Amino acid sequence: MASAFEYAPAPESRSVVDIAPSYGLFIDGEFTGAADGKVFKTVSPSTEEVLSEVARAGTEDVDRAVGAARRAFVKWSALPGSERAKYLFRIARIIQERSRELAVLETLDNGKPIKETRDADLPLVAAHFFYYAGWADKLDHAGLGGDPRPLGVAGQVIPWNFPLLMLAWKIAPALATGNTVVLKPAETTPLSALFFADICRQAGLPRGVVNILPGYGDAGAALVAHPDVDKVAFTGSTAVGKAIARQVAGTRKKVTLELGGKGANIVFDDAPIDQAVEGIVTGIFFNQGQVCCAGSRLLVQESIHDELLDSLKRRLSTLRLGDPLDKNTDIGAINSAEQLSRITTLVEQGEAEGAQRWSPSCELPSAGYWFAPTLFTNVTQAHTVARDEIFGPVLSVLTFRTPDEAVAKANNTQYGLSAGIWTEKGSRILAVANKLRAGVVWSNTFNKFDPTSPFGGYKESGYGREGGRHGLEAYLDV
Amino acid sequence: MSDKPKKTHKGGKDDRAESAGSRRLGVLKTYKLYVGGKFPRSESGRVYEVTDSKGTWLANAPRASRKDARDAVVAARKAFGGWSGATAYNRGQVLYRVAEMLEGRTHQFAREVADAEGLSKAKAAEQVEAAIDRWVWYAGWTDKIAQVVGGGNPVAGPFFNLSTPEPTGVVAVLAPQESSFLGLVSVIAPVIATGNTAVVIASERSPLPALSLAEVLATSDLPGGVVNILTGGTAEIAAPLAAHQDVNAIDLAGAGEALAKELEIAAADNLKRVVRPQPVDHLATPGIERLTAFLETKTVWHPTGALGASGSSY
Amino acid sequence: MPITASSAAHALTDVTASDSSLRRFLHGLPGVDTVGLEARAASLGTRSIKTTAKAYAIDLAISMVDLTTLEGADTPGKVRALGAKAVHPDPTDRATPATAAVCVYPDMVATAKEAVAGSGVKVASVATAFPAGRAALDVKLADVRDAVAAGADEIDMVIDRGAFLAGRYLKVYDEITAVKEVSGAARLKVIFETGELSTYDNIRRASWLGMLAGADFVKTSTGKVAVNATPANTLLMLEAVRDFRAQTGVQVGVKPAGGIRTTKDAVKFLVLVNETAGEDWLDNHWFRFGASSLLNDLLMQRQKLTTGRYSGPDYVTVD
Repeated sequence: MASAFEYAPAPESRSVVDIAPSYGLFIDGEFTGAADGKVFKTVSPSTEEVLSEVARAGTEDVDRAVGAARRAFVKWSALPGSERAKYLFRIARIIQERSRELAVLETLDNGKPIKETRDADLPLVAAHFFYYAGWADKLDHAGLGGDPRPLGVAGQVIPWNFPLLMLAWKIAPALATGNTVVLKPAETTPLSALFFADICRQAGLPRGVVNILPGYGDAGAALVAHPDVDKVAFTGSTAVGKAIARQVAGTRKKVTLELGGKGANIVFDDAPIDQAVEGIVTGIFFNQGQVCCAGSRLLVQESIHDELLDSLKRRLSTLRLGDPLDKNTDIGAINSAEQLSRITTLVEQGEAEGAQRWSPSCELPSAGYWFAPTLFTNVTQAHTVARDEIFGPVLSVLTFRTPDEAVAKANNTQYGLSAGIWTEKGSRILAVANKLRAGVVWSNTFNKFDPTSPFGGYKESGYGREGGRHGLEAYLDV
Repeated sequence: MSDKPKKTHKGGKDDRAESAGSRRLGVLKTYKLYVGGKFPRSESGRVYEVTDSKGTWLANAPRASRKDARDAVVAARKAFGGWSGATAYNRGQVLYRVAEMLEGRTHQFAREVADAEGLSKAKAAEQVEAAIDRWVWYAGWTDKIAQVVGGGNPVAGPFFNLSTPEPTGVVAVLAPQESSFLGLVSVIAPVIATGNTAVVIASERSPLPALSLAEVLATSDLPGGVVNILTGGTAEIAAPLAAHQDVNAIDLAGAGEALAKELEIAAADNLKRVVRPQPVDHLATPGIERLTAFLETKTVWHPTGALGASGSSY
Repeated sequence: MPITASSAAHALTDVTASDSSLRRFLHGLPGVDTVGLEARAASLGTRSIKTTAKAYAIDLAISMVDLTTLEGADTPGKVRALGAKAVHPDPTDRATPATAAVCVYPDMVATAKEAVAGSGVKVASVATAFPAGRAALDVKLADVRDAVAAGADEIDMVIDRGAFLAGRYLKVYDEITAVKEVSGAARLKVIFETGELSTYDNIRRASWLGMLAGADFVKTSTGKVAVNATPANTLLMLEAVRDFRAQTGVQVGVKPAGGIRTTKDAVKFLVLVNETAGEDWLDNHWFRFGASSLLNDLLMQRQKLTTGRYSGPDYVTVD
């Protein structure tokens, strides 16, 4: 949007991060090539520039990594909790020290705005390690019985939307409780996990306690299936989550799954409107909507529909889409060509089914993967865009008349991860929250995360909780 | 001047005072109180002689008066709003920072503890290392104690009901007399971890490690006034604190039996929360008693009710 | 060009028919969530304004300053110096824009008018028993008449916070309309003393009340209490003027005052204007800074942009 006050480019310096031309797998404290020598390229989604070439883990590498983790488990699990704590505190501090570098790296590899990696991802990553560090010597107090024991080797598979944060969610509680880890980052965002491997070395973490295997779905499947893995933690799509649930059937593996969502953001007529508009924007456009707990369905009370939509559209016109490294960018790139194509397909389907599509006027860069912030109005429960997770900057707007109807519509989905409630009336917040079948309910706010607060879904959004005291249980034999 | 020349000076043994093989005369430290983030002398102008376990003079320490105690309470009260209002995460970062700052001064503290308690170098170092780890232990508690002692209550009615712990306020702390550093840290850290502020009376006979700790606290992002450290006669300083109407709690760890009873009686006047002296193995991992001793529990009720006038659900 | 406040007849005239209708209207405005509002203000505060954008913002900010002296110790000499500075803020660089106005007590208006004569710089006068506003209405109106008679182009009035907090909205409204009437052609800035209104809900209500009563500007504060202009309360007032124009077609200006001392602060406020009310307000007819020490920091930053080196207080004039 042209204005008299045009913000000049304010790019964060790329030179604060030094990306090597190639990276290996991180197994038993060493960087090493894949057994079969395979590699893959990781690109910057905002420019399609190749950032680095990364070793691609295969079955044999999974076996090596699990073996290293198993060997390391003996000593690691026997360490006093207070010593494990100090390793994790060290990691938390090094992450804080290197947060600018890691923020730039994450923005380059993922495509999300530097504003978000700097102000959300990295502070949360450090806080997560700091929080679980403190638990390592306090497990007796966690309400899980006296002297709870670790499970063993944790096989962890994480997505590309918050690469380093999802790593922290997985690794911090695993290590605090005395497990060792083999983690597979997503194929489009392997770099921050490899930098994390370097941080483990700086922190003096014993070899084999953390192993990082960049690779594709086949490596993830091999890790989940490996007979010497005691615990599987997966964040990603519901389809893969179901496949994992089938795969571990009949084994003793403990599993947590954090899967898709179709979060309802419910706005009542007595909501604080300006803050609700911000919450709707944060709910669906944070990280380009590539968030499992995104508020992708706006349920607005019919009596304020037009007024709210006017405000929302006006607000969307001020969003700044472009170079993710620019400190003033609000909307960055879509993570991959594949994801862009999925979003595009679903949006076209939405139009074909008769929903009304709207986007602010906004120029998309010529290179890279981009999708303009998009609203669908005239959406009903029957529309695909109201049912399927799009995982992109696309908001479907539906209406309701009464609280009952809002709850019924919000719950009318196979998912159950998140929901939002906007009203100034406290008892309504609590009554509605009480009826919602979702693992996280935000009232008069949205997309808030904290290491002390458990996160996870109902229904097909997965099971188990990550974060908080509850997050310990997934990694302990209780 | 109370520095009497007839006393033997430890300078020869002290690596601060004389560097190896040289004749350089050491610079001695003037020990001062720690109040409101500053290092004042006692308003009374009094000092007392501190000796090592063998009676050799180490330094003069301020002999705090009741007015110093009063000033320390004012400073602690002033700091309470900000410190208790800081996020638990932030308080954890600060306590961990204290551990970081201490780590680099392990040798200094080991020497001071060895002098104060007559311990071997190795035993003194063990005390200091345990004290550093104690800060780390409590750093981890700041954002967990509410999860362990608070929680939702399933009341029989349409109400949301949540109990959360809150710090009680200004806590007077009589540090243990024998364990001049590990014992001291073990009573300060749990008080401030939860957001209380403290007025601490250091070990009467061995106050120097406490005054050196003040220098560490002052450089650890801990806001001024959160911890205030007084040295001098424990009974003399404790009496006005126990009777002080703006002190919310008192930890009597460093009081003998008779003094403890007397102070507990004085504390009853405004129903201070009192922790009585008890034998403690400071090297062992503590529980959460010293955290919960200075917490209040607040329970909040709020109606939930039904979705609509019909009371129906979906 | 938007309609100005002087065309008072608009869609909301019924609202002020009685105390109860006014109360119903003000209490029917959407609530403000404190955490959300402050988070939005903080988030806009992270905008990075560099190079050309910064040069634009600094000159714009200078042109929006109501250069203020409101001391018991004010003298004609002090006011003349202030006037000279308003006209030529940087004697070493005549390309520097003039400030919007000088802001003084009523008895200094005549002196100020002389000092800025012919320059286009306006003279604003606080009035209505500033800053407490604790005087009878006729005293307040006499105060305003004095200022207007001495040539004030703008009147900065304070509302009766006591009446507002007691819920006597119509009294506040009537006072503003009475002041508006005696202000004549002078533009009226209505000061709410947001620090005393305390809640954001009150600030939103006061903003609407002021606009309904014909304010040309809504202004945060006197600069004489503990909490003055903040990004959050200014953001809230920008939302109010934006919504008021959308409903009535009448555009009202905003003036944060007190506590804005650095260029960095001022630029943050301009970002708030740009992304909340929009570019129609990026003009000193619609947005002002009530400030004194801010100007020198703006000048030093301006010199830095021109010369490439950091300036110091010896290179700007003391007031």
